[in-house]
Amino acid sequence: MKIAVIGAGVVGSLIARELCKYDAEVLLIEKNMDVGWGVTKANSAILHAGYDDPVGSVRSKFCSLGNAMYTELAKELDFEIKRTGSYVLAFNDEEISVLHKLLKQGEVNKVPGLELHDRDEILSREPRVNPKVKMGLWAPTAGITEPWMIAIAAVENALENGLKLFLNEEVIGFEKSNGKIKKIITNKQEHSVDIVINVAGLFADEISKLAGAEYVPLHPRKGQYILLDKKLGKIVNSVIFPTPTEKSKGILVLPTIDGGLLLGPTAEDLPSDRKHDLTTTSEGLQQIKDFVLKLVPDIDFSLVVKTFAGLRPESPQKDFFISASRTVQNFINVMAMRSPGLTAAPAIAKYVVEDLIQDQLKLTLKRKRNFKSKREAIKKYTQLSLEEWQEVVARKPSAGRMVCFCNEVTEAEIVEAISRGARTLDGVKFRTRAMFGRCQGGFCMSKILKILERELGTDASNITLKSPGSWIVDGKVRE
Amino acid sequence: MKTDVLVIGAGAAGMGAAIAAAKRGLNVVIAERDEITGGILNQCIHNGFGLHYFREELTGPEYAERFREQLEKLSDRIKVFTDCHVLKLGEDRKALLVSPKGILELEAKAVVYTSGARERPFGSLMIPGDRPSGIFTAGVAQRLMNIDNRKVGHRALIVGSGDIGMIMARRLTLEGTEVVAVVERLPYPGGLLRNVIQCLKDFNIPLYLSSTVIEVKGRERLEEVVIANVDEQFKPIPGTERSFKVDTLILSVGLIPQVEMLDGLVQTDRRTKGVACSNIGQSSREWIFAAGNCTAIFDLVDYVTKEGERAGEYASRYAMGERFSQNVPISPGENVMLTFPNFYNAVDDLTLYVRCKKPMEKAMLKVGNFEKIFEDLIPSEMIVAKIPNQKLSGLDRIVVELKEV
Ligand SMILES: Cc1cc2nc3c(=O)[nH]c(=O)nc-3n(C[C@H](O)[C@H](O)[C@H](O)COP(=O)(O)OP(=O)(O)OC[C@H]3O[C@@H](n4cnc5c(N)ncnc54)[C@H](O)[C@@H]3O)c2cc1C
Ligand SMILES: Cc1cc2nc3c(=O)[nH]c(=O)nc-3n(C[C@H](O)[C@H](O)[C@H](O)COP(=O)(O)OP(=O)(O)OC[C@H]3O[C@@H](n4cnc5c(N)ncnc54)[C@H](O)[C@@H]3O)c2cc1C
Repeated sequence: MKIAVIGAGVVGSLIARELCKYDAEVLLIEKNMDVGWGVTKANSAILHAGYDDPVGSVRSKFCSLGNAMYTELAKELDFEIKRTGSYVLAFNDEEISVLHKLLKQGEVNKVPGLELHDRDEILSREPRVNPKVKMGLWAPTAGITEPWMIAIAAVENALENGLKLFLNEEVIGFEKSNGKIKKIITNKQEHSVDIVINVAGLFADEISKLAGAEYVPLHPRKGQYILLDKKLGKIVNSVIFPTPTEKSKGILVLPTIDGGLLLGPTAEDLPSDRKHDLTTTSEGLQQIKDFVLKLVPDIDFSLVVKTFAGLRPESPQKDFFISASRTVQNFINVMAMRSPGLTAAPAIAKYVVEDLIQDQLKLTLKRKRNFKSKREAIKKYTQLSLEEWQEVVARKPSAGRMVCFCNEVTEAEIVEAISRGARTLDGVKFRTRAMFGRCQGGFCMSKILKILERELGTDASNITLKSPGSWIVDGKVRE
Repeated sequence: MKTDVLVIGAGAAGMGAAIAAAKRGLNVVIAERDEITGGILNQCIHNGFGLHYFREELTGPEYAERFREQLEKLSDRIKVFTDCHVLKLGEDRKALLVSPKGILELEAKAVVYTSGARERPFGSLMIPGDRPSGIFTAGVAQRLMNIDNRKVGHRALIVGSGDIGMIMARRLTLEGTEVVAVVERLPYPGGLLRNVIQCLKDFNIPLYLSSTVIEVKGRERLEEVVIANVDEQFKPIPGTERSFKVDTLILSVGLIPQVEMLDGLVQTDRRTKGVACSNIGQSSREWIFAAGNCTAIFDLVDYVTKEGERAGEYASRYAMGERFSQNVPISPGENVMLTFPNFYNAVDDLTLYVRCKKPMEKAMLKVGNFEKIFEDLIPSEMIVAKIPNQKLSGLDRIVVELKEV
């Protein structure tokens, strides 16, 4: 059996890994030069507790379930999560009544540990939030993570278990016969397949149209962010939400897993032809600034290190659309993965493989006996004891050469990232956090370019930031 | 391992400090994370270095070479560790040195911290738009061109008309990259008049004053940069937008002292954002001295060398047991944006560095009983005054003022 997954975001990557637990030939096709660079790259990175998904929605079915699965998954795949907990803050009576509703909804959705806290309790845990706060909904299971790292880890582990990964390859059509897809056509080649799983993020509706299957129309909803220096990372300990409105969860203040501070997102609906629009705008950035100061009054904006934007795939139903197609017999849609798609992803992966494929499509997959469930992260040498590190450096000197000073990444880690598949500056950045710190590559970018050049045996002119056209340097200044 | 004095960073300040300390007979370790000593000087291949110190005009690498030679002459007392990053410094005076040769814990009697500055990155400017490749800070572009021999682009726009931005405009032009404009948000050039003429006018590069970048476009490589005029609050004025098709954007928008390694160990100054220290380079933690761009951003390397030498000398005196007490705080007054040092210790005279708030034709510098007239002041050019210690005696607070005359 040959199963193809289209799209290596967090959802597609986890589905691919789940499939690799069975005796099947698994293909993962991704148009970007690396995994996890779609919607998965730019979001709030929160493991949501699951109280704000409407009762009975598909979201509610998978969110708290997925959240719980992350503890084990993070251990198996060796990526970081932090159970910081989250607060929804209320500043007036109207908002307090919303908190009560959320609490009830959360209880129906089986979210553990929800509590309403009064002002004093909130301020004792989060002394920097606006003291005008009246009440807060505390969700201890909420957490933070690095979404692209989950995709990377899942794919690395899947590769060890036989996955065939096709990067920089775009699906452009299908060949069908008897209501079934026979072949996937990409801009590079054709793949004959038995089952196709469409997890193409913002473009999943277009893929489904190409396949002649049912779909929900997707339009992008833009979310802009401001990232601040680690000096501010401790200003909050947990994820701080405002009280949500009909439209969105609002603009948040939260710590990032590597110790920075993240503000955002905005929520701007764009027409469906703007799925590539990842621009930030001065209005959007201003809106974030104005809004977050109501939650946490003393944020020093001179410590901004980066601004960016992400796009959520939004549908009229505002819900995930996960189903086996009724018109195309071997086609499965996993689309409209808006928030909390990251949180839900592990539960969805399991559901797609165990319920949709095996129960609904009635295809039996046999478990592999030799599935290796564990993947190891790239070693961070600064986390070793002095003695251990000394020992490593004696064998491998590059583990003692600091390349990224802000995030303390050694040459050995960068070489390791390249050996695991990084081909671009962003590939190194998202695998190691080099160039991610306060100087944003000011000291290390040129060094990393040289390491890539050396390890890949190519010229720096061929190395790009992220996409084939995003060159960094062009030839020599002089011979 | 143990040493008398540990110098962190081997730029102009660190080399000066190490040499001064060794000349007093102490054992010195100087750790530099780059492969060679010299710091930022190595990538500055233009001339304009050393006019005060050597009374001749050198390039950056030539200037660095002179000190490198001295380090070698003193090699019986100075151990130079290159390719060696100091990762941590503890309250116990122990530093963790990380290099491909090994990880080493080093205990010092005194430390001179001379880590220099880093550039303000693009991300911190909150410029809206796409996030393509082709956006470089001046220092990165300089390193790629001057050290790695790489062409960074074909058509460039430069933000920031400080000396670095203007020198880069000339360099890029000479290396075959067309520079379409230099954009400056202030109503006057940020750097020396000399550089406006030699780097921009001579090469017909337009300088847009009171202007800023309001958007960058290009999904892969940079394609277009939009600039606009700004009002007095630096807010873009609608209707004044102008667009340039360029594949390269160079930012020269300021340096930030690198102080993070000393977080929790020493005080920093709110205005300079650097390590707060006295005229002998001593920080709020008595065994930590600091000098150079990690204390305040200096215009000229000559000053940095002098400050490094002073910090090295006093650090070695401290390591030998001498103690310096009684600091008098120095604060900026009328028309003064910032001053360095931040404290005064009567054990030595005061070399005072001052940046004014606005351009002034003529102003009187007043510090205690000291007065001196300066002409043609601009904020980007530091005023330097040597103030003998008898002019400052008896003061418990020193206010630095510039009175327009
Ligand atoms: C602003 C914002 C904030 C969010 N915050 C959270 C949060 O805090 N917590 C949470 O749980 N969720 C959050 N989400 C939602 C979460 O990010 C998404 O649900 C999740 O990342 C979706 O993953 P995915 O794998 O479905 O999509 P993607 O990551 O987009 O993966 C789809 C992949 O398919 C590829 N592809 C598309 N077309 C083709 C083609 N034709 N051929 C080959 N490949 C193709 C794309 O390149 C892409 O890599 C947020 C989303 C946004 C935008
Ligand atoms: C582009 C440019 C042009 C200039 N042009 C001129 C000019 O024409 N004339 C002039 O007089 N001046 C000029 N200057 C200014 C002058 O070069 C600098 O002020 C001076 O060199 C700064 O010296 P420094 O020692 O403080 O810092 P740096 O030269 O930055 O040295 C600091 C050193 O410390 C090292 N370091 C930092 N942290 C650690 C650590 N943890 N472990 C180990 N090592 C560490 C760094 O690698 C670096 O080598 C220019 C500066 C620039 C950037």
